Amino acid sequence: MSSKGHAPDKSSGGKQSSKQDAGNAAYQDKSWLLSVYQEMCYFRRFEERVLQAYTTQKFAGFCHVHIGQEGLCLGVQKALRPTDYMISGYRSHTQAIAKGIPGQQVFAELFGKATGCSKGNGGSMHMFSKEHRFLGGHGIVGGQVPLAAGVGFAINYEKKDDIIVCYIGDAATNQGQFHEALNMAATWNLPCLFIIENNRYGMGTDIKRTTSIDHLWKRALAFDMDHGQVDAMNIQKTHEFVSNVVANIRKTKRPYLLDAICYRYKGHSVSDPGLYRTKEEMAEWMAKDPIIQLGDFLKKNKMATEEELKALDKKGKERARADEDWADEQPIPPEDQVWQNVYAD
Amino acid sequence: MAQLILMPKLSDTMEEGAVANWLKKEGEEIDEGQDLVEIETDKATMAFASSAEGVVLKILLEPHKSAPLNAPMCVIGKKGESYNLDELIAKATAGAKPADKKPAPAAAAKAPAAASAAASASSQAQPVATGRVKASPLAKKIAADKGINIATVTGSGPSGRVVAKDLEGAAAGSSMSRTVRTGEDRVIPNSMMRKTIAKRLLAGKNDAPHFYLTVSADMSRMNDWRVRLNKEAEKTGVKVSVNDLVILSVAKALAQHPGINASWQGESIIEYGNVHVAMAVALPTGLVTPVIRHTDQLNIRDIAKLSRELAGKAKDGKLSNEDYAGGTFTISNLGMFGIEQFTAIINPPQAAILAVGATIPTPGVDAKGQVVVQPRMKMTMSCDHRVIDGVMGAQFLQTLVGFLEEPLNML
Amino acid sequence: MAILTYREALGRAMTEEMARDPKIFLMGEEVAQYNGAYKVSKGMLDRFGPERVIDSPISEGGFAGLGVGAAMAGLRPIIEMMTWNFGIQAYDQIINHAAKMLYMSAGQFNVPIVFRGPNGAAHMLAAQHSQTVEGMLTQVPGLKVVTSCNPADGYGLLKSSIRDNNPVIFLESEMMYAMKGEVPDEEHLIPLGVGSIKREGQHVTLIAWAKMVSRAMDCAEQLAEQGIECEVIDPRCLRPLDEEMIFNSVRKTHRIVIIEEAYQAASVGSYIAEQVQRFCFDELDAPVMRVANEFVPMPYAENLEHRVLPEVDRIIPVIKQVLYMD
Repeated sequence: MSSKGHAPDKSSGGKQSSKQDAGNAAYQDKSWLLSVYQEMCYFRRFEERVLQAYTTQKFAGFCHVHIGQEGLCLGVQKALRPTDYMISGYRSHTQAIAKGIPGQQVFAELFGKATGCSKGNGGSMHMFSKEHRFLGGHGIVGGQVPLAAGVGFAINYEKKDDIIVCYIGDAATNQGQFHEALNMAATWNLPCLFIIENNRYGMGTDIKRTTSIDHLWKRALAFDMDHGQVDAMNIQKTHEFVSNVVANIRKTKRPYLLDAICYRYKGHSVSDPGLYRTKEEMAEWMAKDPIIQLGDFLKKNKMATEEELKALDKKGKERARADEDWADEQPIPPEDQVWQNVYAD
Repeated sequence: MAQLILMPKLSDTMEEGAVANWLKKEGEEIDEGQDLVEIETDKATMAFASSAEGVVLKILLEPHKSAPLNAPMCVIGKKGESYNLDELIAKATAGAKPADKKPAPAAAAKAPAAASAAASASSQAQPVATGRVKASPLAKKIAADKGINIATVTGSGPSGRVVAKDLEGAAAGSSMSRTVRTGEDRVIPNSMMRKTIAKRLLAGKNDAPHFYLTVSADMSRMNDWRVRLNKEAEKTGVKVSVNDLVILSVAKALAQHPGINASWQGESIIEYGNVHVAMAVALPTGLVTPVIRHTDQLNIRDIAKLSRELAGKAKDGKLSNEDYAGGTFTISNLGMFGIEQFTAIINPPQAAILAVGATIPTPGVDAKGQVVVQPRMKMTMSCDHRVIDGVMGAQFLQTLVGFLEEPLNML
Repeated sequence: MAILTYREALGRAMTEEMARDPKIFLMGEEVAQYNGAYKVSKGMLDRFGPERVIDSPISEGGFAGLGVGAAMAGLRPIIEMMTWNFGIQAYDQIINHAAKMLYMSAGQFNVPIVFRGPNGAAHMLAAQHSQTVEGMLTQVPGLKVVTSCNPADGYGLLKSSIRDNNPVIFLESEMMYAMKGEVPDEEHLIPLGVGSIKREGQHVTLIAWAKMVSRAMDCAEQLAEQGIECEVIDPRCLRPLDEEMIFNSVRKTHRIVIIEEAYQAASVGSYIAEQVQRFCFDELDAPVMRVANEFVPMPYAENLEHRVLPEVDRIIPVIKQVLYMD
């Protein structure tokens, strides 16, 4: 999990490797591990139900699910404080839930219901919660990166020690706004953690076909920004690494670019069969599945039996089902909502 | 319980699909979320995961046969479970679109109402018909207001367009509007009104053979009610007059006697479908009769408010044509001037008018046979004998007196 | 009343507002040490320090977005575009993010931010420095669009824009920065959405905003010598638009000429024309006429630039046309 050999010394990830052993103790904590396991199962089951609901035409529009990337989502979330901010792209259902938005409100939002977290104004791509400091799913690739810099600016301006986590897809790193924002964040020492969810495909295009560098953390080199790479298929490694990075950002106020290696099992959106990837490649990644990895660890260390894990998964399944059932019952927005919130008073 | 799996929508444009390959055979176990079948959509062939867990009990869709969205594909349930396929299909089709799309009822009802409002608005907004004459919108409006036929005006604008200044000339040529504009204000409004009064009253008296019925009513109860109503006037802001009470009672009585609320039309008699009571208002310049519409459906405060409003408008000379039009029965009241009794001339094309006198303390005999002083009001109804016979008129007045003597009877 | 230049009036508005509310900051290219490319922010770095008056990199999309993010987190940024021609680089942030945030989040995140800078042609700056943006930006729900034609209006409107809880596009003009005018000594705020009658008249309404107001006033002056009284009205805010003021003027004069430094298609002027014909149809004695830029990129040569912009010599014949005088 450490930063790769060719990462420069100044990488915080590299600096943090000494702390890793001390941190490891946390990963022996059985109850923590079991709860994380259950949440990952819940996230996966949630997104499966979302897919099912879409394919049975319970809702429409675009729908991008996060299956396979649960380890990153939870590993990061568990490293944050509630007052930290988060902003993301269009694949953010479970990130929103991780940040605190109840899953039923996310499901209701997908169904365009009045009680969705954006009252049916946002949909799959635009989950928001001021209360939980989740500043949105955003639909313009890379557009959220300057916003994150702005939040970082505001944190410094108000002399707070929160940070902002900004999720970015791998292909968004070729967008001009990404570079503009990273330059400002590095120049002005803004407390931003930019996380590239590097699942290696921008929609159907292999990132290698559109990008001149071999590793996306190298984008940080242009701005002399701290950076690192993490195996985001493993939640324990991810959590430990990100915890150290976050602590460092709080201390130094220096922004950080994290190249988080992960994989999405499903297509870019529901209508994408993912033909640009071979079955072998998919099988190879799915063998490293974050849920399976943690399950194996738990079994190997005699912290849980197969049956106990199955029971946890079942709980996740039930939770996801309950979220959907709740959303089914919710009212659609009143017509006069069309005219509300165009302008603030 | 067995669950039916339906053809899913796997692309935003997909309308039908075909099974490319079943990944599970009948009898095989499957978990929720596990791939069940490969489906050819209009865009691609995609694996589709099961939304149920258990055993594939029955496959209903052969590979490579296309089927519409929501067509049954297979049944999943517990091993050996029995199920009724028809029931499953009926249930699934009923709930094929389970997303709850019930709109807020108010919102749904709003749309057609708004549409019809728009439609009626547009039908009202008919432009002034001017044939093929080219004229600016303002010119058309001025012409309509002044009653000038715009086709007779020569346009000075591009391609002969009639514009506002062309109509200034045309208007100047019309003697009437000149008088109206610059004439002696002392003469014109008075004579027009008197002319109208004269014409109408003459027609009313000449055409309609009048006969007269006089009654008197004990107004004690009405007076009590009026005192009560006016005690609340501080709160409601509406003061009720005797005349308002008479209007209300007449309207309610007319609703029961449609033969009085009528008009002679030569070949036929119209019994009006609505009760629109006109009230005579005396002005220094003459008499006007503004109309309270649907009088029988109003409550006493509405009537008081409207009668005051109309009287005010009449005094300010602000009554519009609409305020005059459509009366079906008229009440003329000179009671406030101390007139005990009088007869009025019918306001054509109505069939009757009620002349109301002052309420005067009068010795009378009460229910117990005692001689007492009662506040009594005399009324004389003039009837058009072509429409109303004596008994009809008498029955109407009986009802009216009943209402005036016991307001509760109106309820 | 003090006589101030337009740039001084705008600088005074920002300075007063920043002194009043510590959450306001100014960011843009050259706004701090250089005192502003057009000196609007002169002296503000000295007064407020580098935490609140910030020189940005040349990254319009980036620092516009930074402003939006800061506004979501509770600050009230003023973002200066050195010119709106550069501001076009920031359209994604303005249109897709600032304008839509409140709605997408169903009221959770409002974006109190002012994007300000000079708009339209100056003098011989050619095609890439002469664009007007109000047509495009009034198309976007969620944005307010504000113009001004003199120092007093600029001062009162910029203060209101800064206090507004929405993204406000504040359009200035290079040609006006040196314009002098009286500005009240005491604080005054002009509400957004209220227009102003710059000259009263009964024969024809001329509607214009920003630097076109002075063109309209020049026309009115010339025509007054021939006995024609033009009413010159300036809506000031293009969104929200003071439609009542426009309709009342048309009801009085029955004729309107719309003068705008923009292209005719899908512009603010075309919207006004549509509204006037719809709501004042029976009042019109002549078609609604418009004078706008010729539909070409801005040429450099002085005579050609003059030919493209709505100048007095192109406006007066149109006014005479609606008065049926030609």
